[in-house]
Amino acid sequence: MATQHSRAAARLMVSPAVILLLGWMIVPLSMTIYFSFLSYNLLSPGMEEWIGFLNYEFFLTDPAFFAALSNTLLLVGGVLLITISGGVGLALILDQPFWGQGLVRVLVIAPFFVMPTVSALVWKNMFMNPVNGLFAHAAKAVGLEPFDFLAQAPLFSIILIVAWQWLPFATLILLTALQSLDSEQLEAAEMDGASPAKRFVFIVLPHLARAITVVVLIQTIFLLSIFAEILVTTNGGPGYASTNITYLVYAQSLLQFDVGGGSAGGIVAVLLANIVAIFLMRMIGKNLEA
Amino acid sequence: MARAVTTSRKVTYTAVAWAIGFAIFFPILWTILTSFKTEAEAIASPPSFIGFAWTLENYGEVQERSNYLRHFWNSVIISFGSTFLGLLIAIPAAWAMAFVPGKRTKDVLMWMLSTKMLPPVGVLIPIYLIFRDSGLLDTSFGLVIVLTLINLPIIVWMLYTYFKEIPGEILEAARMDGATLKYEIIHVLTPMAVPGIASTLLLNVILAWNEAFWTLNLTAAKAAPLTAFIASYSSPEGLFYAKLSAASTMAIAPILILGWFSQKQLVRGLTFGAVK
Repeated sequence: MATQHSRAAARLMVSPAVILLLGWMIVPLSMTIYFSFLSYNLLSPGMEEWIGFLNYEFFLTDPAFFAALSNTLLLVGGVLLITISGGVGLALILDQPFWGQGLVRVLVIAPFFVMPTVSALVWKNMFMNPVNGLFAHAAKAVGLEPFDFLAQAPLFSIILIVAWQWLPFATLILLTALQSLDSEQLEAAEMDGASPAKRFVFIVLPHLARAITVVVLIQTIFLLSIFAEILVTTNGGPGYASTNITYLVYAQSLLQFDVGGGSAGGIVAVLLANIVAIFLMRMIGKNLEA
Repeated sequence: MARAVTTSRKVTYTAVAWAIGFAIFFPILWTILTSFKTEAEAIASPPSFIGFAWTLENYGEVQERSNYLRHFWNSVIISFGSTFLGLLIAIPAAWAMAFVPGKRTKDVLMWMLSTKMLPPVGVLIPIYLIFRDSGLLDTSFGLVIVLTLINLPIIVWMLYTYFKEIPGEILEAARMDGATLKYEIIHVLTPMAVPGIASTLLLNVILAWNEAFWTLNLTAAKAAPLTAFIASYSSPEGLFYAKLSAASTMAIAPILILGWFSQKQLVRGLTFGAVK
């Protein structure tokens, strides 16, 4: 169908996007790789020297790295746990017939559109603040001691905030998937006497499996790079209690000006993200053929 | 065949669904309410929900003290600028890949997507240094470029999935009638592609408006969009709840409204067509 002429035109039309993305990927990434082998601090310009894998050695043996790695995993895992289980539950409810479906959907989806700095600050100050936050008011009202969320459970608090932001995403996608479920199959199962629990486990859940996988993978990509929420709530503290890899690299490079060490950390982050990316790409690629 | 649902069941579902919807939306509602309180009322214990003296003074003060409109304008420039630039680059690419697919089209698409998986922190330092050395730090122009590049894969993918749905026979028919490539694009394709392009535009404006890694790291005072401006409330100004709420309400209102229009596209755009 396509002629020689249109092929050439097509190539010409694709090339700007390809060249730009290629440049965006290769130029800074190779610079990061190069920096990661240098002793390079912005405070002492002109003193750069090649130090091989020393930056990696420092970064990977730094106790802060282990704290950040486990925080990253807890953050990603905790948010996924809340959003997937909550999302499946919410999708099941929203899929039922009730009055005002459109409006409730609008309410449920709203947190996704709130910018990260706003949601983090609103939660931090107006809900989690131990003196004036709503949770503190509520605790006092029932005679409990207010809980200082961000000081006593910083990572958990951030997990809650981020989960609130991502719950709508999981819900919306799972609801979309749920709506494509053949209702006749469910009815047949019901007539055969399958209990609601059985119908859920053997029909609904398998049907949702693919959508759940997609949600897990896409959220993981974004959650590995959580930054703003940490910056405006805890600054990674106390100590390293709420520092994830992204924040650690930021702190090392832009707060301590250690370009070499920060670059090594950045490359470690890239490698971690790639592990997830490979699975995600396979799933999307399969869909492309279908 | 629709399943018959008894009214009592429907009432129960309605109550449960509305309760959950209200709970999830509550932090936003609370922010909006607090923005109309005085600072004293904002931290009053017990808090009042609607029985307070409503005031607009926080909105005026936020603008006066920090030139709010300037940051708002920065957000507009950055989100729309990067989206339009992205569309300009992506439309031809997506068009070509959808209608003149070659052997490597799939690989190119997958590769583009893989650039989106690159964690921003992996390129933070070089971008920061390049920006510093070329005077792009704290400029809207610099941010437009970065946001265009990070959202380009999503734009190409979204457009591609929309263009793919336009039947190829129509193009063939136009070609049989002797339509040139230019004619084909302007008179045949564009009218059919507009809804897809509009959805793509909407979703990308939202993503760019809320982007909070590059905007926080590459701006200071001058070019700071709302994400970065609000971050400046982290301490100790954040203790002024009413003003924080007013600034937040204005920052999220436009996107909440745009977002509600784009629910459907959201699923498609953010899953790269894996869930429709």
